[in-house]
Amino acid sequence: MRTPRRAALARAATCSAGALVLLLSACTAGGGTTGAQDAPTADQKVSLTVYSAFADRELGILNKVLDGFHAAHPNITINSQGSQDDDKITQAIRGGNPPDVAISFSTDNIGQFCSSGAWQDLKPYIDRDKTDLSQIPKAVQDYTQFNGKRCAMPMLADVYGLYYNKDLFAAKGITAPPKTMSELLEDTKKLTEFNPDGSIKVAGFIPQFGFYANHPQIWAPQFGAKWLDGNGKSDLATDPAWTEMFNFQKQLVDFYGWEKLQKFTAGLGQEYSPDHAFNKGQVAIMFDGEYRTAFLKSDVPNLNYDTAPSPVADDKADTYGGGYTTGTIIGIPKGVKNAGAAWELIKYLSMDTNALVQLANGLGNVPSTKAALHSTDLKMPAQFNTFLKIFDNPNLANNPASPNGGAYLKTAEDLGSSWQSGQVKDLHAAFAQADKTIDDAKALGGN
Amino acid sequence: MTATLLGSADAPAASVPSTGRARRRGRHRKWVLLFLAPWAAGMVLFFGYPLLATVYFSFTNYDGLNTADFVGLRNYVFMFTSDPLVKAAAYNTLWLVVVLTVGRLAFAMGVAQILTKVRNGSGFLRALCYLPSLAPPVAATLTFVFLFNPGTGPVNTILGWLGINGPLWFNDPNLSKPSLTLLTLWGSGELMIIILAAMLDVPGDLYEAADLDGAGPWMKFRKITLPSIAPVLLYGVVNSIIFALQYFTQAVVAGSVASGSADAVGNSKLIGYPDNSTLTFPVWMYNEGFRSYHMGYASAMAVLLFIVSFAFTAILIRQLRAGKAEAS
Repeated sequence: MRTPRRAALARAATCSAGALVLLLSACTAGGGTTGAQDAPTADQKVSLTVYSAFADRELGILNKVLDGFHAAHPNITINSQGSQDDDKITQAIRGGNPPDVAISFSTDNIGQFCSSGAWQDLKPYIDRDKTDLSQIPKAVQDYTQFNGKRCAMPMLADVYGLYYNKDLFAAKGITAPPKTMSELLEDTKKLTEFNPDGSIKVAGFIPQFGFYANHPQIWAPQFGAKWLDGNGKSDLATDPAWTEMFNFQKQLVDFYGWEKLQKFTAGLGQEYSPDHAFNKGQVAIMFDGEYRTAFLKSDVPNLNYDTAPSPVADDKADTYGGGYTTGTIIGIPKGVKNAGAAWELIKYLSMDTNALVQLANGLGNVPSTKAALHSTDLKMPAQFNTFLKIFDNPNLANNPASPNGGAYLKTAEDLGSSWQSGQVKDLHAAFAQADKTIDDAKALGGN
Repeated sequence: MTATLLGSADAPAASVPSTGRARRRGRHRKWVLLFLAPWAAGMVLFFGYPLLATVYFSFTNYDGLNTADFVGLRNYVFMFTSDPLVKAAAYNTLWLVVVLTVGRLAFAMGVAQILTKVRNGSGFLRALCYLPSLAPPVAATLTFVFLFNPGTGPVNTILGWLGINGPLWFNDPNLSKPSLTLLTLWGSGELMIIILAAMLDVPGDLYEAADLDGAGPWMKFRKITLPSIAPVLLYGVVNSIIFALQYFTQAVVAGSVASGSADAVGNSKLIGYPDNSTLTFPVWMYNEGFRSYHMGYASAMAVLLFIVSFAFTAILIRQLRAGKAEAS
């Protein structure tokens, strides 16, 4: 008979080892290809599997564009699998059964995809087909490669700017969106309303890191803050722009009081729900991506709002008009059988103007080539034009790729939250510690 | 002498049936092994091999995609000297081990004790207390975070009616773990049912004898109930410790939802919200392995977790054995 004690011991051993089992990946995938594989001839029937994180309506839009590709290449049929995020793509590559084409919503993992060879180097294909990369803005070229190795192409971009509620602005006599951080602070104070008990009723602007689209990588270009020094080491402590940025945010937080701000934001709707604070007039100004215009059109079509480039540091007024960009990337995983056909599809989704315009119109994202950006077929709400202009601005910037994903972004964001809540007293020392943490974590993977 | 003679005389005669028994026993063993074979194969393939592989990977630089390079103790050195978040994660998990184990056991025992006294509608009440444990962890966590939302949740609304300024619950680094504890207590019906069954198994005549001796309720609980259900309680302790050591889903979901980004659950930048107070050891281990591609390092963390959880259990069982030996 199994006594409870024995059962407990057995369960303990089983469950403890289960933690180990969790981390085991079965085996690694086969090697990648080095040269460019030829595209299939017209009489060669090929089936491509495409993984993407799109779902429901958005997957339908992608599939429609994929149908266009199939119409142009009748010998290539496509099996489009939605709801496949980076974890699933990576697991498929590890398992030796990768999709022919992988579409990722995030650029966080590009460093790992390129450096590990999980996504194939596209240079042989680009060179062979003389693909015109100058059609793609530099910042976008940067976030689709790592250390000079291009293992991805862009398929639409996300561009971040400023959204403001025109009715709230008018009520406070503000006639134009803020262009500098001082103006942002001033407008925030004017627009904020408190309840009789001192709690926040309407926030001019919410500065908390981690809340909605307030992430350090989105703020950094507005202050000209650089992530890395010339040697590729973390540069938070030595670049004064980071100190300037954090001090500005602390001013904003101190205006409200951390506790009040926490309580206010805790009661606001979720970022991707119709209860979003901006939809309900609880926040007057916010930073967000161009995709928000589609949410606003669908959730609150009568909201009187407009968009503008995000404000910049007072001493960087000449850089106004730029902003942060990231986007959807597309590549060929290693070990695929139909790399030649996969490249044809990637070329279509990343460089074909009609395909990009169709995707941009349907998904509400910025098309990632200059030709598509200026296409007359682009049908977007008026507020969307701001993002097209930001994308075309030379001060468009992105965050650097890292071989350990977005680990450094978490380190910076954690420090930002600790600073804003008042836990960090010596900002310079905290930056130095964060630099060490970021560099150590990268070194752990042998980088 | 007679016995010796009889014994020696009987020996050849007895050897015939004993050989038959041995044959039967041998055949029986073969059948047992045959039936055990699928389990044993599964155990080796899905448990033994991964276990050994994880120990091996813990000494390597392995990104999960390419060949693992042996790096000796580098992952372990990094864990103990250079990773600031592993300390926070270990502290959070240790906190949960202590508080959840004690809280879960006390709560389940308290509810079970009350249920033993209920005469009418006991079946309904037992089912009612057990039901929360059937709720999927994600759904239960979502519900709790919305219930305890500081701005719009009913809990703080009710506290407001009573003139109490409700706390920030899941949004406060000091209260996020206690809030998770409340969620866990609410869902501890499974343990409650096991303890209840053990309590109902205690012979009634022991309580009658104690009544005759004039023992009060506390004395009866301490001297009769507790010793009688001790093995089940030990199971509860071990189960709760392992549950706390593996605490993952609720922590990730609560952190993501409380941060206002429910659709971005699992986003590595958001895990641990607020202020890494919900960053548990398994969550950080998962993040390092699957998000930061430090599979070798995550394996080292897994090895440590295995050693700690096994040590916890072994110590507990040894303590119980020692206690039993003293009692006898």
